[in-house]
Amino acid sequence: MIEFLNFYLIPGLVLGSIYALGAIGITLTFSILRFANFAHGETMLLGVYITWSLVQFSGLHPLVVLPVAAMLTVLVVLGIDRAFYKPFRSSPTIMVVIASFGMMLMVRSVVQFIWGVQLKGMTQGIQRPMVFFDSLRISPKHVMIISATIALMLAVHYLLSRTKIGKAMRAMSDSPELARLTGIDTEKVVRMTWIVGGAMATAAGVFLAIDTHIDTNMGFKMLLPMFAAAILGGIGRPFGAVAGGLIIGIAEEISSYPWIGTEPLLNPGYKAGVAFAIMIVMLIWRPSGLFKGKVF
Amino acid sequence: MDQFYGIFLYVISLLTMGGIYAVLALGLNIQWGFTGLFNAGIAGFFAIGAYVSAILTTAPSLRHLGGYELPYIVSFAIAMIVSGIIAWAVGKVCLKLRADYLAIATIGIAEIFRLILKNETWATNGPRGVSMIPKPFETLPEPWNQLAFLAMILATVAAIYFLLETARRSPWGRVMTAIRENEKSAMAAGKDIEKFRMEAFVVGCMLMALAGAFVAHYLKFIGPNATDPMTSTFLVWVMLVVGGSANNKGAILGAFLIWTIWSASEILTSRLPDELAIRTAYIRIFLIGLALQIFLQKYPKGIFPEVRPKPERREASSGPAASR
Repeated sequence: MIEFLNFYLIPGLVLGSIYALGAIGITLTFSILRFANFAHGETMLLGVYITWSLVQFSGLHPLVVLPVAAMLTVLVVLGIDRAFYKPFRSSPTIMVVIASFGMMLMVRSVVQFIWGVQLKGMTQGIQRPMVFFDSLRISPKHVMIISATIALMLAVHYLLSRTKIGKAMRAMSDSPELARLTGIDTEKVVRMTWIVGGAMATAAGVFLAIDTHIDTNMGFKMLLPMFAAAILGGIGRPFGAVAGGLIIGIAEEISSYPWIGTEPLLNPGYKAGVAFAIMIVMLIWRPSGLFKGKVF
Repeated sequence: MDQFYGIFLYVISLLTMGGIYAVLALGLNIQWGFTGLFNAGIAGFFAIGAYVSAILTTAPSLRHLGGYELPYIVSFAIAMIVSGIIAWAVGKVCLKLRADYLAIATIGIAEIFRLILKNETWATNGPRGVSMIPKPFETLPEPWNQLAFLAMILATVAAIYFLLETARRSPWGRVMTAIRENEKSAMAAGKDIEKFRMEAFVVGCMLMALAGAFVAHYLKFIGPNATDPMTSTFLVWVMLVVGGSANNKGAILGAFLIWTIWSASEILTSRLPDELAIRTAYIRIFLIGLALQIFLQKYPKGIFPEVRPKPERREASSGPAASR
């Protein structure tokens, strides 16, 4: 039982937190800009490499430079929106999907060009896990990731429910035409969407990099679980996306627990398929997700 | 003389791969160009075709499933059917939702298929892939074997082109365009939209599997990373958008054009020193991505814009075209 907690449930919770932060951006762009952003994983990738460079340059802890890195990443994302997505605002949304699909490879190739493809580490050294009740082991970095995720989610919640721009974002997600008629500056809402999504993606990427390592495929590997989390929670429901992310992260980890007999239930090589399976089940059974999101 | 012979062989290989990409681009054209379906998992259906045909034709091997040694025509057909069945299942889930969902699901199915190829070592030899795949006409002397293979590819492209052009002008093709342009009015005209979309999706994926089978036999080897899945999916998209969506001539032209640029630029960059050669490879991907963005924004119709079949006039409806 304690082994289950230490090696399956807690890593699942950590992975789930990372997916949750990433899925917030996916669900916001899907509901406010109305398209599936394929470049979101690469936003994460870019944020990670910018953070890495800042850490190398300043010698500070990744969490300290994270706000600066997130700002720089958001600036790039806003530039991409202006140059490559904005021209399609009045076209069918599928055009932006193609543009974002192309952007996915462009951003990744830029990262590979600047930073190279060899594996990197965000932090050095191995941390000794903290031990509770003699047997429950949690590594300090996991405590840090989970608590930072909770703080960021509370911030997003405050932004969406208590601030004027947050209300405008929700209004535009419900109906873009009505939002425009009531005098909401839709371009401002679009910018805010990229800012929130980009910042959360950077945080998610940096947490993943702290937990594992840095490589240029990490953005693409995150893409499918993040989409699955957004669909599972319901498109346009940031808290749904968080719940979806946690469910998928935990499901991926516990799928290889030896539930029956001594063999892993699912070959760990197929871990990445769990998110896809959950997504397909949701699309068949309930495309609006667990929390009644939008279906396009 | 030797140098000319080398160039001659290179041109043949360029045309062969260009022709195979033309099959892929024509497959995507049915899905995206005619019907407006976004397939982001071209590499997945391509790999299905490649592996099925490879396993069905190779001699017995201890490393992977095989030893059926079926004739090519049978293995090509089975590869297409398997891909079609998988496409049908994906379509069943996603086609009633908006195009974004199909894009996500196809990218997912391509990833799942790559996981299977890597993990089911007993069938696919895992990351080391299937080698010693027989190649049609390989018993002929050089360069006739290459020429014969090229002729087979070009004949296939021509046959598919002819069939698609016929389909495009037929009532079936016009319904496809109607659905793409205005789904609601097509529905109001009594068309079963999901059925038509499914047909386009399945046929397109079958063509992609055929292209995969061609590549497996052409290279005599196929592995899960034979070509980077995202890059090859992406190249086909660039080919279609640059050549001209919804125009079969455009799809074929785009395939040969982009493949020539892609392949020639690889030769140029491979002459650079190692470190630089690796980095410039990423510049190539970036530039081809930029080309896609520029075409999408400035020339969305591509080199050959779509030509819609002219509506037949009532009084002229005495020819064979009236048989509807």
